[in-house]
Amino acid sequence: MIREIPNLKSFGPIAAIFIVLLILPPIIPRFYTYLLASILVTGLLAMSLNMVLGHGMIFQFHHGVFYGVGAYAVALIVTKTSLPAWVGFAAGPIMAAVVGLLIGWFCVRLSRLYFGMLQISLGSLLYVIVFRWYDFTGGDDGIYGIPMPSIISSSKSSYYFILIIVTISLTLLYLILKSPFGATLEAIRDNPQRCEAVGVNVRRHQLGAIVVATFFAGIAGVLFVVLENFVHPDLLFWVLSLEIFIMCLLGGWFTFAGPMLGAAIMVALRTFVGIYTEYWTLILGVILILLIFFLPEGVMGYFLEKVSPQSTKARERTNE
Amino acid sequence: MEFDLAALGTQFLVGLSRAMILFIVCSGMSFVLGVLRVPNIAHGSLYMIGAFAAFSIFTLSGSSSTGFWLALILAPLVVALVSLIAERALFCHLYEREHLMLLLFTFALMLIFGDLVKIIWGAEYRSITAPPFLKGAVSILGSSLPRYNLFLLIIGPAVAIGLWLFTNKTKIGKISRAAAVDREMVGAVGVNVSWVFAAAFVIGCYLAGLGGALVAPTVSITIGMDHTIIIEAFLIVTIGGLGNMWGALVGSLIFGLTQSFGALLWPQFAIVFPYAAVVIILIWRPTGMLKSVW
Repeated sequence: MIREIPNLKSFGPIAAIFIVLLILPPIIPRFYTYLLASILVTGLLAMSLNMVLGHGMIFQFHHGVFYGVGAYAVALIVTKTSLPAWVGFAAGPIMAAVVGLLIGWFCVRLSRLYFGMLQISLGSLLYVIVFRWYDFTGGDDGIYGIPMPSIISSSKSSYYFILIIVTISLTLLYLILKSPFGATLEAIRDNPQRCEAVGVNVRRHQLGAIVVATFFAGIAGVLFVVLENFVHPDLLFWVLSLEIFIMCLLGGWFTFAGPMLGAAIMVALRTFVGIYTEYWTLILGVILILLIFFLPEGVMGYFLEKVSPQSTKARERTNE
Repeated sequence: MEFDLAALGTQFLVGLSRAMILFIVCSGMSFVLGVLRVPNIAHGSLYMIGAFAAFSIFTLSGSSSTGFWLALILAPLVVALVSLIAERALFCHLYEREHLMLLLFTFALMLIFGDLVKIIWGAEYRSITAPPFLKGAVSILGSSLPRYNLFLLIIGPAVAIGLWLFTNKTKIGKISRAAAVDREMVGAVGVNVSWVFAAAFVIGCYLAGLGGALVAPTVSITIGMDHTIIIEAFLIVTIGGLGNMWGALVGSLIFGLTQSFGALLWPQFAIVFPYAAVVIILIWRPTGMLKSVW
């Protein structure tokens, strides 16, 4: 079903990056291995959001919820049942997709901002339940020290596990976006009315995209547990969702790899600024303002102009 | 648990007074949203700054009851000043930009304010005490109610009336209402729209600061209180109808009351009830209960 084979020109650098990521861990200090893994996990999360945000123009404001659901599914299966962790690994993405289907089903009826608001409210409902349900989810204490299968419990092996899963996931995401399904999604983004007119079931299609995106967010959630061995309700908190949103904008939505770049910038910034000062969000805020003032087109302006009716409305409004 | 009428009445009044705080904060947010059409994510941070400023003023003036009244008057003004500086120095240059940029900017402000508060006031828990005659409890129809909550029940409607008078009876209020409906026309008749925006932004932020100063004696003041209030404010403004002041009131009442009755029904999950109410309302009426001004 793939219409265009990824050309070799773009395949070269990707393979190079992959090989570099493959051979780095034995050379670099352990801390950097952890940092790389963290970037990969966060990047996968951001790219899964971008599948609906950038390629579908669906305002998925509370994407962090599905990340959290994936992570909690693993954590609960490992700590509360005697099932092997691998069952949890499979259950994480599936649970995330199921929750994505439920929440998405309510939300797709609405457009843009209202979609986002309903999703924030549904996501917050889930957050407060996880936050307060001490008996089941550990409440705001979270669950710490989740045991992982011994084969992926060392820092190097967990890194390779994450690298392999992220690579597979991104390949799948890429193939999905290049498939007729992805093309239709982008067509809906660019002109929903026309798509409706030619017989595309717009809402069902968007719902499908949401389920796929939440599935991958669930995978990212599972990998988070593999990396950090804990879960906390903050994974479902709206601040995290907004951070992922900003990673997409920062790296460039409407590009496939942009969100990964945005995630790398954010994670690296947090880590390295965090070494020197605890006030890293202050620095992030300042950088964000500088970006808004001096690099608006570089980040996303060009695309906004092209795609969003809302932004053209904003343009009309401001061009008075 | 026994469901006696007095406890129910107390819970109702407590919920009502909680709703008043929410209303004061949300009306400010709704006002900014209506005029500037930007959901101000930094609104919660200004609420937090209001609470911390109230703490500082209260402590500086010797923790007396005069200090409390001074804090109540000055803290919102401090917040208004902070917002004025942020607006005139940075925000006003962005009005020509895309909507999402404005949203991002307010998020950046939230990040900066959050850390500034941490730098200035530290991460400890702070508290202030209300003056003696606002302490203790009063009995209303057999239900006992802390006097401070009664005080809030008076302040809330006063703010609502004040805001109504401002938007309906004063010139700047009328202009800002007009700008909310049709800003091109407001600009065309020779009003400096940029200053209208500034005024609306500062007034909205003043209300956030007022909410923060008012809530200060009832909670422990700490960093992180911005994150909770902002999501609540967002949801309240949405279920009320974007930019609609009375919608903010209705939304706050629903949020405050469901939470306090939830505390009676199932204390552990009290906080779940208002969110569930919001979800039900949004599924029923996605655009909010009252007409949005957009």
